[in-house]
Amino acid sequence: MSLTQVGKVDMPYQVRSLYRSLLRQSRQFAAYNFREYAKRRTRDSFREHQKETEERRIQELMQKGLKELQMMKRQTVVSQFYQLDRLVVEEGKTGKQKGGEGGIVRQKDTGWD
Amino acid sequence: MSNITSTIARQALRIYSRRYPSTAFPRFSTRAAATLGSSGRRNYVSETKRSNATVSVETAIKADQKAFIKETGKQPQDEIVPTTGLSADAMMSPTAGILKQATIMDEGTRPIYLDMQATTPMDPRVLDAMLPFMTGLYGNPHSRTHAYGWETEKAVEQAREHLADLIGADPKEIIFTSGATESNNMSIKGVARFFKRAGKKNHIITCQTEHKCVLDSCRHLQDEGCQVTYLPVQSNGLIDMAQLEAAIRPETAIVSIMTVNNEIGVVQPVEEIGRLCRSKKIFFHTDAAQAVGKIPIDVNKMNIDLMSISGHKIYGPKGVGACYVRRRPRVRLDPIISGGGQERGLRSGTLAPPLAIGIGEAARICKEEMAYDSKRVTALSNRLLEGLLSLEHTTLNGDRSRHYPGCVNVSFAYVEGESLLMALKDIALSSGSACTSASLEPSYVLRALGSSDESAHSSIRFGIGRFTTEAEIDYVLKAVRERVTFLRELSPLWELVQEGIDLNTIEWSQH
Repeated sequence: MSLTQVGKVDMPYQVRSLYRSLLRQSRQFAAYNFREYAKRRTRDSFREHQKETEERRIQELMQKGLKELQMMKRQTVVSQFYQLDRLVVEEGKTGKQKGGEGGIVRQKDTGWD
Repeated sequence: MSNITSTIARQALRIYSRRYPSTAFPRFSTRAAATLGSSGRRNYVSETKRSNATVSVETAIKADQKAFIKETGKQPQDEIVPTTGLSADAMMSPTAGILKQATIMDEGTRPIYLDMQATTPMDPRVLDAMLPFMTGLYGNPHSRTHAYGWETEKAVEQAREHLADLIGADPKEIIFTSGATESNNMSIKGVARFFKRAGKKNHIITCQTEHKCVLDSCRHLQDEGCQVTYLPVQSNGLIDMAQLEAAIRPETAIVSIMTVNNEIGVVQPVEEIGRLCRSKKIFFHTDAAQAVGKIPIDVNKMNIDLMSISGHKIYGPKGVGACYVRRRPRVRLDPIISGGGQERGLRSGTLAPPLAIGIGEAARICKEEMAYDSKRVTALSNRLLEGLLSLEHTTLNGDRSRHYPGCVNVSFAYVEGESLLMALKDIALSSGSACTSASLEPSYVLRALGSSDESAHSSIRFGIGRFTTEAEIDYVLKAVRERVTFLRELSPLWELVQEGIDLNTIEWSQH
């Protein structure tokens, strides 16, 4: 369904849906900094344009958001291919997982050794 | 029929003899043996089966582990394997055995990146624009005879437009190079050599805090017979306009002053320098690698004639840069690289379309996000600076007001900068520019500011960028506070300072 066919009535729903899928996609970035940036940028830009009333402008912004979503879908996949170790600041599950049965263990790759 | 019964009997025997020690049912076993004996068949060996012959590695390892634990009474999850820092449990898991070095998903060890002046991570949006040109669209942008060339050329020209938009120039004035170093070389050597050939002007003015590639180009030109004036800077890192004006001679060909310093982040008064140079009809070159995309720049408003731009400082790819060369009034250059006449003949050689498109996309994003980014970088920088300066005996290097907030250079007195860098292994930092980070010499930029050897030795540069988070800044503040205090506790000088002794009054004994 293209955006032009969407009536005036369900536009708020469409916007919310786009917002949710952008946030969901943002979480898929493997790299901490990109992930946090994508989440933050999505939230801030939706908040920035919260009060938009002009129909045309909303359409434009929606198109832009959809384009970003497409980009993010591709780039999150790329980023998941090349996963590195986590950063020291990243939140984890406080060391509950100790590599026992079913524990997720992964190569430590610092890039220099 | 009898065959079947004997088979069943044999199986039953095998099972029971395994499950119970033979002494438990002596009567039964003798009777069974008697039955077997009567049938005339005796079995001493277990039946040959494939599963009996193969050894399952995993089961064997597990059995070994169990035996070991039973013997030593040590639980693997409580033990740390020496030299690896991993728990024995992790090391014993079959996957960990295959991977040479493995860690648990939960705990990260990668340092925080806080050296945005050296290079910046490439924005995923930039990579997304580049990828098609690294895979399917591989045409040579200079091929005019087929569609492969046209599509690449179109994208490259669009990238040029984005870059021109960012600095308020015309797309035709942008030359793609391999980086800011090449742009600097091209501008300074090109202009100087062109004027020298014409035999009119042979004087260059630059500044002591410039990047090494500018200083080295000037040194090279000195050997070729040019005269170079290295302007000193004030203690806040800015150049003195009166000094610049006094240094200008009738034979001055070019003035090269960088916009934002890479080590201390001060923003030079580019607009005033540009106005002065224009009034004296001197070309003005500025190395804006650290400034483009971070602070607003307009080449026409600032009267800039030549400008160097770097791709990897604006979240673009490494290995690409650009040079702005003004067309009106025309800047004449002697090209360093001659060849097929690409890029207005100033920089021959086939362009790298993915890289050029990458820098173009990075420029577009920078322009779009400049307000958002600079607001955020300023907020983070203030948070960091407040935290760092709340420690005692710390000073900010460079001017506080004319300062790009993404570069924070702080001196921690009585702490050796390099040892602090070593102590802060979980944070990627630098004490100066990346080019000189291999040597332990104090930074020449800080020396030019007039700071003492000790102060220059104890300075650290923090670079904040688009992807830095609040959590990282808080982590850094906590880590710096802890480790600076720790290192100072070790220092005998710090003890003297705490006792109120001025270190300059001490007469150190001579050896």
